Amino acid sequence: MIKSAKQLAELEHSYNSALAGAAARIVVCAGPGCAASGSRAVYDRLVEELTERGSHVTVDYLMENGAKPGSGIVALESGCQGFCQKGPLVRIEPEGLLYTKVHPEDVPELVEAVIEGKILDRLLYSDPATGEVYAREQDIPFYQDQVRIALHNCGAIDPEDIRAYLGKKGYQGLARALTMEKQDVIEELDQANLRGRGGGGFPAARKWAIAAAQDSTDKFIICNGDEGDPGAFMDRSIMEGDPHSVLEGMAIAGYAIGASQGFIYVRAEYPLAVKRLQKAVQEAKEWGLLGDDILGSGFSFDIAIKQGAGAFVCGEETALIASIEGMRGMPKPKPPFPSVAGLWGKPTVINNVETLANVPRILQQGAKWFRKVGTADSPGTKTFALTGDVANTGLVEVPMGLTIGDIVFKIGGGMRQGDTLKAVQIGGPSGGCLPGELLDVPLDFDSLQKAGAMIGSGGLVVMGQQTCMVEVARFFMQFIQAESCGKCTFCREGTLQMLEILERITKGKGNLEDLDLLEELGRAIRQGSLCGLGKSAPNPVLSTLEYFHSEYISHIVEKRCPAGVCQALQRYLIDGERCRGCGRCVKACPAGAIGGNVGSPYMIDQEKCLRCGACVDSCKFQAIEVRA
Amino acid sequence: MPGATAVEMRELVDSILTRHKKAPSSLIPVLQDLQDELRYLPEDCLTMVAHGLGISPATAYGVATFYAQFSLEPRGKYIIKVCDGTACHVRGSSPLYQAICKRVKLENGKATSKNGLFTVETVACLGACVIAPVVVINDKAYGQMTPEAINLIIDELEKEDGRDQVCKTAS
Amino acid sequence: MSWVLVNGERVALNGEKSLLDVVRKAGIDLPTLCYHPELSVYGACRLCLVEVKGWGIVAACHTPPQEGMAIETNTGELRRLRKIALELILARHDRECTSCSRSGTCRLQELAERFQVHQPRFKNGANGQSHRGRSIDASGPALVRDPNKCILCGECVRICSEWQGIGVLSFSQRGSHMSVSTAFDLPISETECVNCGQCAAVCPTGALVVKSHIDHVWEALHDPEKIVCVQIAPAVRVSIGEEFGLPPGDSTIGRLSAALRRLGADHIFDTSLAADLTVLEETSEFLKRFDAGERLPLFTSCCPAWVKYAEQFYPEYLVNLSTCRSPQQMLGSLVKRYYSGELGVSPKQVVMISIMPCTAKKFEAQRPEFTTGGAPDVDFVITTQELADMIREQGLDYTALPEEPLDEPFAKPTGAGIIFGVTGGVSEAVLRRAYEVLASEPAHAVEFTEVRGFDGLRSCELSFGDRTLRLGVVHGLSNAAALLKEIQAGTVHYDMVEVMACPGGCVGGAGQPLTRGDGRVRRRRGAGLYQGDSEQEVRRAQENPAVTALYQRWLGEPGSAEAHDALHTAYTPRRGNRSGDDGACAEVSSAHTAD
Ligand SMILES: Cc1cc2nc3c(=O)[nH]c(=O)nc-3n(C[C@H](O)[C@H](O)[C@H](O)COP(=O)(O)O)c2cc1C
Ligand code: SF4
Ligand code: SF4
Ligand code: SF4
Ligand code: SF4
Ligand code: SF4
Ligand code: SF4
Ligand code: SF4
Ligand code: SF4
Ligand code: FES
Ligand code: FES
Ligand code: FES
Repeated sequence: MIKSAKQLAELEHSYNSALAGAAARIVVCAGPGCAASGSRAVYDRLVEELTERGSHVTVDYLMENGAKPGSGIVALESGCQGFCQKGPLVRIEPEGLLYTKVHPEDVPELVEAVIEGKILDRLLYSDPATGEVYAREQDIPFYQDQVRIALHNCGAIDPEDIRAYLGKKGYQGLARALTMEKQDVIEELDQANLRGRGGGGFPAARKWAIAAAQDSTDKFIICNGDEGDPGAFMDRSIMEGDPHSVLEGMAIAGYAIGASQGFIYVRAEYPLAVKRLQKAVQEAKEWGLLGDDILGSGFSFDIAIKQGAGAFVCGEETALIASIEGMRGMPKPKPPFPSVAGLWGKPTVINNVETLANVPRILQQGAKWFRKVGTADSPGTKTFALTGDVANTGLVEVPMGLTIGDIVFKIGGGMRQGDTLKAVQIGGPSGGCLPGELLDVPLDFDSLQKAGAMIGSGGLVVMGQQTCMVEVARFFMQFIQAESCGKCTFCREGTLQMLEILERITKGKGNLEDLDLLEELGRAIRQGSLCGLGKSAPNPVLSTLEYFHSEYISHIVEKRCPAGVCQALQRYLIDGERCRGCGRCVKACPAGAIGGNVGSPYMIDQEKCLRCGACVDSCKFQAIEVRA
Repeated sequence: MPGATAVEMRELVDSILTRHKKAPSSLIPVLQDLQDELRYLPEDCLTMVAHGLGISPATAYGVATFYAQFSLEPRGKYIIKVCDGTACHVRGSSPLYQAICKRVKLENGKATSKNGLFTVETVACLGACVIAPVVVINDKAYGQMTPEAINLIIDELEKEDGRDQVCKTAS
Repeated sequence: MSWVLVNGERVALNGEKSLLDVVRKAGIDLPTLCYHPELSVYGACRLCLVEVKGWGIVAACHTPPQEGMAIETNTGELRRLRKIALELILARHDRECTSCSRSGTCRLQELAERFQVHQPRFKNGANGQSHRGRSIDASGPALVRDPNKCILCGECVRICSEWQGIGVLSFSQRGSHMSVSTAFDLPISETECVNCGQCAAVCPTGALVVKSHIDHVWEALHDPEKIVCVQIAPAVRVSIGEEFGLPPGDSTIGRLSAALRRLGADHIFDTSLAADLTVLEETSEFLKRFDAGERLPLFTSCCPAWVKYAEQFYPEYLVNLSTCRSPQQMLGSLVKRYYSGELGVSPKQVVMISIMPCTAKKFEAQRPEFTTGGAPDVDFVITTQELADMIREQGLDYTALPEEPLDEPFAKPTGAGIIFGVTGGVSEAVLRRAYEVLASEPAHAVEFTEVRGFDGLRSCELSFGDRTLRLGVVHGLSNAAALLKEIQAGTVHYDMVEVMACPGGCVGGAGQPLTRGDGRVRRRRGAGLYQGDSEQEVRRAQENPAVTALYQRWLGEPGSAEAHDALHTAYTPRRGNRSGDDGACAEVSSAHTAD
């Protein structure tokens, strides 16, 4: 049980000196990317190897027995370290060496190198463009332009050990807040101008102040960990990699508005996040950092975890509340806003995971410190999930105001080999697709809005030339259509009709009037829908219509998909020169579309052809080709 | 405990309801627990849950059919979730999905294979986009999947099931 | 005084909850399809959009007015949006107005016409999702559900759960697959539906309508072998005129009689007279229990929706229900049991038709216990609206009909019988009799205004020496459930409780002309009944000579064995929903008693 701020500082110190006692720490990334590439096996192998060599030492041992300098090596698992593309990642501390694509077979050699204080060159990252090899994580271009505030601990600490969090000054932000007046906590946040990272960019302090001003004995804090945007995993990484930062943020919010109960709403698709959060809540309670009379301040705060059940719309605040209340996740009209009447009709502050993870750091370091990063109107940083056809995919955190180009080309290392950039999709299904020309748009709430996109929660999908923008628009519309709650007319019926039109176009059956209809529908859905889902649903279509108009025209007028993606527009043709007239392809074709006489070139009837591709593989002479 | 008898189901429902203190707001976690046990939500159980929580059966049905997680039809032993989020879609999840459906011989419109072994679903983003396209089978994630690779994995699962069957008959 | 601007004109604010109220107050009728003044705000149809300067486009039904707001209701953009919303709704709507029973009263049809949506540009069946060809559910005794015409306004879902507290209907699935359905899409006859019909009364389209029995009635009327007796419920007289342009509340019982005669009815009776009988039977039953202090409170039993509700959810209170049949069934029983004999025909030859404000009465008439000699006591029940349809079909000019008397021996009710049609009426009628017995001196009191009014729950206490009679009056089954919970918890005590399922009692029944949630219409109908009461020479049931004659002729005295056979009934617990074993019934009730 920790009873005072002083004890917190002592624990920070004792944990760090214990760790410092180890000769080295080997931190294996156990984030989602690395785990799926087999990092668990690497960790197991590592512990085995260290034990065999007699150099295995645990944190518990170090804490209990005091650290004798150089006493063995600690093996740890961390949350996502960011550079998932090159996973499984292994970092060696305190040097900060980063090994990439580490496999269990590499472990003995790696351990050998650590023990001998050498660097294992073959596992280091080398820049494919320049060929330069980097030993230390912080020197790698991927990490260089990043600034880590929300992800400060993510990938650096063992997320299942509260002491590791305390070692990083954990819960000291809360300790400071508890010494302040409630309105001063809100004031600090206001000074920092922390804007909501869940997509809207609404100032957190303003939300808190409204809830604080309500006269109610029951108030609630909800952490929105629904993260339904396809192509986004920032919140997942924080919840899995640094769960206590979220809990601490919530406790501070609870103190500021006068709430004693918090809920974390996590997607059910994130079972590990659920497990880590549960563990974190339990540990925080055991240590007296949640529960009754926290740090002797008289403030009590508890947190419960609620799992979503597979509905994107439940990221929307009122739908999320309905879901916690056990109902269908259908949004309700606002006002009343949740900060006035939310969960069970009580004042409720809903903040995003990343927003809340920023809070403890602001309380620790002060608003001034926070404002040094980012822009005046959007201070701080933003995390992004960088994916798609970019060379380096991964989890990144950059100062607000950096341009999209910087992220794609500096951090992301540019496009994958041989590809060139076509578009960047930002903000998920609510966002837009921006063309290469708009790469200098600074990433902050307001600039993006002007460009017809939105920061959203932070999915950044880079698209190369092999992407069909009409198909992308159709894809998002299909997503939205399936995820619409069905309540209001524009969203329920309008997105269905938009999807129908887009499907028509990708099948080569569209006409030019369809484009006007798409625009008109898009505008109506945006203006008329009840909730944010509908209001932003047309964005991918409207932005592609604006920036990639010619692709629509190709599909409609030329019946051609320039990227060669739309299956219905592909044409399977037999090259008369190459065809030997063997007739094998006829047997392969399920549609009976191929005809001809043995010995002379065969032909494909385009009307009958299903574009299944079966014939291509059946031809021994590579005579059948696909044309966009 | 798929294949539970009526009495077992009632006991199961009762124990889950008690665990959640019969609060009407616990409907979703109750259904989640129930589905964890039975792999789907049988009608009778859903009605029992509704009565136990003091809400109407239609309301419970409305909730169960709103959320993608819940299934009112029996599901397979292996639940194959193919991610069709943006990153996965851009990197080829559709052909992957089709290949899987073909491999486990799904019939038109059905999500579960005839032998009850596989249920194939698409989900929107599993949060592992960097290793797109991603397939999750009973909570184990497989990254950078190709039709060939997934076919091998499914072969393995079929073998594993075969072994399970042998064990069952042996014991 | 605070105000807003509506299209540039100042409108004073006076506690209006939404912009919709304000705009309507300014004399502009905004279109709405999902707004109902007596239900929670839903905000789904998006037809009530207005533009607020500085805010943009918002839905008026759920935006609270703020001092100084400038609201526009008629911009080009708004017009486009309304039209496109209607086009979108119509795209997947089964547009078959000519054969739709809602045609003429359908709000969707009205708006499509008002906004001239003559060429919806969108496909029905977009992505293979059509709202055509889904099966129609006519399994229930009172309702027909046609999902192909549902526009998902949610009014039925809300009224069934908010007003009736049952939740038979819910939304299922989501997005474009969303629909209104029963649990597991069961036929409505297998659900806990109590047939109150309120869902159909609020449905703006033909997706939920009252099941019509008009064809059967015509058949009987046209059958020369049959003797057709018709009974007219109390609440019908003050509402049917609305169908022909007369104001609500004006009693047209004389014209109604004339119309029925012209349609071919042989005998025209007043259910209110049976209500007088009910008063005597029920009071006698009540006083016995009150003296003995047994099975209190006594719950009234003349509302069949409430009776089914109690059978389903409160089986432990069935012993408290009055054993009296409803006036409809009392009259049916008397006609089949005794009157047919006096006419010299078999009960099967007499066709008893009820004109009711009520859809649950259709169900009640079909209950197997209400038969005589193998024939149902009441053969067919048609609603006020259905009768109006028949009058129109026959081409009668209702307003021009003469006033004609009803037929003996069930022609002349007292004021007590007439007020049965409004919430509080049964209680007041019973009090007029009970008071006389309980008060040591003969009573002069006729009007008990304490029980009048339209609050969801009203109660009053009357003292008789050292005894106090505590009376509760509720309308709406969720109000009834709330009261029952308190009774169970022991926080309140009543000796008698009147329960009516419909808002305002039978004046607000689902068979009545549509009110579109306008509570004023119900109040005026109620006032019409009180007016009718005050105009009667005789206002206490016990003083009705016709009723006295009935006892002399057939029944003996109130509470006699004969009366019991003919006029009373028994209840059995029932399960509404298919839910596994029989234990479910007890479970249903315990679920309701638990908290
Ligand atoms: C359809 C929809 C989905 C949303 N999904 C999320 C989400 O997954 N996570 C999130 O934090 N916010 C999401 N939001 C935004 C939230 O409604 C809300 O604005 C946010 O959680 C507030 O937190 P913040 O102020 O800290 O950003 C979503 C909004 C909409 C309309
Ligand atoms: S906009 Fe879409 S998701 Fe939002 S309430 Fe309307 S139908 Fe539901
Ligand atoms: S298989 Fe190849 S070579 Fe043979 S007929 Fe077909 S296209 Fe010609
Ligand atoms: S693509 Fe398929 S359908 Fe078309 S010709 Fe080849 S095998 Fe036949
Ligand atoms: S519901 Fe209305 S619009 Fe639809 S068919 Fe019937 S009358 Fe016509
Ligand atoms: S309005 Fe037109 S379509 Fe309808 S019945 Fe009359 S003529 Fe026919
Ligand atoms: S008739 Fe009454 S009980 Fe039945 S569904 Fe409609 S509102 Fe509910
Ligand atoms: S059935 Fe009628 S009231 Fe119910 S949602 Fe459909 S249209 Fe609205
Ligand atoms: S209140 Fe009257 S109209 Fe309504 S269900 Fe009961 S008896 Fe019928
Ligand atoms: S999961 Fe290991 S770096 Fe992201
Ligand atoms: S898009 Fe497939 S895991 Fe994110
Ligand atoms: S009436 Fe306002 S949204 Fe339907």
